[in-house]
Parts: sequence; C-alpha cells; structure tokens
Amino acid sequence: MVTGLKVKPYKPPTTWGRIIRNLGMILPVAVFAVLIFTAIFADVVSPYPYDETSLPERRMPPAWVEGGTTAHLLGTDTLGRDILSRAIYGARVSLSVSLLAIAITAVIGTTLGIFSGYTGGRIDAFIMRVVDVALSFPPLLVAMLLAVSLGPGFFTVVFALSVLGWAGYARIIRGESLRVRNSDFVSQAVINGVSTPRIMLRHIFPNILNILIIGVTLNVGTMILAESAMSYLGIGIPPPMPSWGSMVADGRNDLDRAWWISTFPGILIGLVVLSGNFLGDWLRDKMDPRLRQV
Amino acid sequence: MTRFIVIRLFQTIIALFGIVVIVFFMVRISGNPILFMVSPLSTQSEVEVLQKQLGLDKSYPEQFWIYLTGLAQGDFGQSFVKRIPVTEMLGDALPNTLKLGIPAFVLGTILAIALGVLGATRRDSFFDNGVKFLAILGQALPGFWLAIMAVLIFSVTWQLLPAAGMGGIEYYILPVGTMMFFMLPGMMRLIRSTMLDVLDSEYIKLARIKGLPERTVIWKHALRNAVISPLTVAGLMLAGLINGSVITEYIFNWPGMGRLAVESTFGRDFPVVQAIAILVAIMVLGMNFLVDILYAYVDPQIRYERT
Repeated sequence: MVTGLKVKPYKPPTTWGRIIRNLGMILPVAVFAVLIFTAIFADVVSPYPYDETSLPERRMPPAWVEGGTTAHLLGTDTLGRDILSRAIYGARVSLSVSLLAIAITAVIGTTLGIFSGYTGGRIDAFIMRVVDVALSFPPLLVAMLLAVSLGPGFFTVVFALSVLGWAGYARIIRGESLRVRNSDFVSQAVINGVSTPRIMLRHIFPNILNILIIGVTLNVGTMILAESAMSYLGIGIPPPMPSWGSMVADGRNDLDRAWWISTFPGILIGLVVLSGNFLGDWLRDKMDPRLRQV
Repeated sequence: MTRFIVIRLFQTIIALFGIVVIVFFMVRISGNPILFMVSPLSTQSEVEVLQKQLGLDKSYPEQFWIYLTGLAQGDFGQSFVKRIPVTEMLGDALPNTLKLGIPAFVLGTILAIALGVLGATRRDSFFDNGVKFLAILGQALPGFWLAIMAVLIFSVTWQLLPAAGMGGIEYYILPVGTMMFFMLPGMMRLIRSTMLDVLDSEYIKLARIKGLPERTVIWKHALRNAVISPLTVAGLMLAGLINGSVITEYIFNWPGMGRLAVESTFGRDFPVVQAIAILVAIMVLGMNFLVDILYAYVDPQIRYERT
C-alpha cells in the first residue's frame, strides 16, 4: 500500500496555455495564410504594379528611415519600383513555383516509393540506386543545364526543381511501405486475393499518409530556397516578373547606396522557410512522435 | 569483398554512362545551338560553315560517338564562345574552386564537430540552445542573401574586407565563410543528435564506470561513433558544397568552376556546361562509390546483402 503519494489534480489547459503550446503551429499557419492571401489577391492588395518604374523616386529608403515616405513603406529599388509591391507579386511567383514542384515531386516520389518498397527485390534495388544518385546531384547544376537547353521560364524552373526532388520522397515512402508491407493486414489482403495495385492504394497508402504530409510540409522550405537560389543566379523566372531571389540580386550592386533592396526579400524568404520548417516539426511531433528529433 | 567492389564499380560506370547520355541529349533538346550563336542577319552559308567547324553538321549518333571517344581521352571538346579546349578552361578554374572548397570543408567540419559535441554534452544549456537557434536560422536563410549581408556589413559599412575578387588572405575570409555556411548548420545538428544517442548507449556507461576521465569518454569513445553519421549523408553534403561553390563564386566573382558554370549558362556555351555537369557526375558517383565501399568495409552484412 503506497501512502503519502501526492497526485496533482488534473487541470484542463486554459485557452492561453493552449495557444502558447501550439505557437509552433499558429504562427507558421498565420504567415502562410497572409502570404497566400496576398499572393492570390496581389492585384488588389499591392499598392503599385510590380513593374511601375519612377525615376525621380529611385532608391527611396523605407518609411522609417530618414528620407523615406509612407508612400513606399519598404522603399524603392534602382528603377524606382515599389519594393513592397514587388515582394507581394514575388510571393505569387515563389509560392506557385514551389507548390507546383512539390505537387509533382510528391506524386511521383510517393508512387515510386510505394511501388519500390512493396515490390522489393531487384527492381527495388535499382530504383534506390537511382534515388542515391538523384539525391547527391547538385540541383543548381541541373537547373543550369535545363536553363541552357530549354531557356529560362516558369516551366523550366518547375521542371528543374522536380527532376531531382522526387528522390527524397521516394526514399522516405519506400522505407515506410517496406515497414507496412510486413504487417498482418497486408498479408491478410494478399491471402484474400486483393490485387496488387489495390493493396498499394488502399492498404499501404493510407498508412504512409502521415509521413507524406510531414514530408510535404518540410519540403516547402527546401523548394522555396532552391527557387530563390535559381532566380538569384538569373536562371529563374525572367524579368520584369519579380521573384524574391531575383529581388535580392537586383540590390547587389547598390549595397553601398540602398541596403534595403536586397535586405527585405531575403528576410521574407527566411520567414517562409522558417515557417515551413516549424510547421513540419510541429506536425511530426503530433502525428509521428517516433521521428521526433532531439 | 572484391566481388562487391567489382559489382559496385560496374554499376557506377553504367550510371555514369547513363548520365553522359542524358546530359548530351538534354543540351540538344532545344534544337540547334548555332541559332543562339549567330546574328539573325547571317546568311545560310555562314551558319553552315560554323556548323561544320563545330562538328554540328553530323548526325546525333555520330556526334555522340565523337564526343564519347573524346571524353575517354579526357577531351571535353571546344568552348563555343571562347573557342579554346574546355579542358583548358576547367584546368584554370578547378584549382581556384579547391582553394575555397578545401578550407571551407575542413574548417566547417571542425566547427561542426566542436559545436555539435559541446551542444550535446551541455544539453539544453544556454550555449546549446543558442547554437541550435543559430543552426535553425542558418538552415532557413538563403546562403546568397547571408553572403550579401556579410558584404554589406564587413565591406560596405565597416570596410574591413574586400567585397569580391581574388588576392591575399583577406580575400578568402568572406567566401570561405559563405561556403562553410552551406554545410555547417546541417552537419552540426546531425552530429549533435547522433552524439546524444551515442552518449546514451551502454558502452559509454561502461567507459564511465571504468573510471575513464570524462574528456576521454566524450572526445574519444563517443565522438568516434558519432562522426560516422555524416558519412551517411556524404553525398548530400557534396551536393551542398557544389551548390555552395556555384553561389559563392558568383557572388564574390571568384574565377572557379562555379562561376564558369554560371557564365557558360548565360553564354549558352553548351560544351562547357556539359563538361561541368559530367565532371560533377563523376565526383558525385565516385563519392557514393567510396562511401559504399567504406560501409561494406565497416559492416560485413552489407557486403552480402546488397550486391
């Protein structure tokens, strides 16, 4: 008989407690909500068109710096274009390219991963060798190769991001489906004569969905970074359409006169990537505590 | 073991051949590269002469055969833009890339190990949290932007370091720092988390029970087992470093392979881009091959299982 044991009475968490504990989800979701909203309604939200130049207003500093005006909150660039407006339109480019690439890579990678893990044997070994090579090939180089051969443009960028991007998904999903394949309910389905495609779709896929969702979320940051690096090098979306990466490049030669041109787009990229990574970590802790990182 | 190495080598060569084929035909999807090189006003005969000079009048299989035999002899063809052998251009650029890459790799590895181990042994301390925070931030911020901010602070505002170009030791600080940044945060986090796992294991407890000094336990027994983990991602790290050298050399106007790759991309200099892609493929595949062999050497199970 244990005596003197003190039991803390259960206190239901307060609303504030819940909010604070889930800040890792709330803040990133808020960031994405604002960004997606402004990206979709850029034409309405943005104070100026992205390509409206105004030579008298060249290199205006942000509003809070001496010489800045509230007409251009984040200042203007070398051609007198409003940086805030360009950042809003840049969100449209960066997000649409990244999300499209994620959709493509996730579908291809998941299909191959399930197929590879479930089939096993030589086919599996072969697919995983290809994955090894794809994962260790530098994406920027592939992007350059494609930019040379196809010419820069929206679909070249999406293609360049997708050509190697599927491999990461294939590797994770393959590991998971290998694990699921050995469970009793799959054996049961095989015994019952369920067709292989159906087993993959109805029995394996639902069981790897958690991992896939986590993977997709964590992939947002990687894709945004890759896209911005491509536009920074000038092999992304061609001008005058702004992308955050190319906006950083625009200010490169004006560092001594106008630090704000390069600074703000970079902060935005960091904010989005950080949000994606935090949201991914939060989801992983909630959905799959096995994978929790220390 | 020999059998394993031979099979792996064979697979590597096949993969390399596959990449050469893909690269060769990829740069030709868009059609005739000549059209990018001549002015719209040049006559048909001028185009034909140029085509003949560059060997582009032959059929694709023929061109491929010529390219392949050249490649086997270490000949990457001629640059379309500069009209000199690509090998010469690569020979000039490669040492410059290594001058940045090697110090960045060595310093980055040392720093990553030091910070990772110190973080793991002082888990959840102020130091640990600070380093973790910086690593998370470092993985989220784009490298090219951080480099530009470094130029803004150290070159423009404080005027301490040169902003670009090559020269004495002061020209190395910013580029090497930038390059290092492409591998440091990831590697540090990896070493830290492996180190935490290792420190939890039985043999570390045994080492402590034996009464070994804590320093020996951590820096010898634990670290030896923790530094193997980056080996699993050696391929990824190499890709990161190559990506990093492209961006770093471009920002700091450093005459290496990365800048050459960017310049040739803009100039649509197919043979050069093609050569760099194949060279990188050789490096990447070679790295994977080495890691595989190393693994098989360390873990006999792999030798028999994965052939």
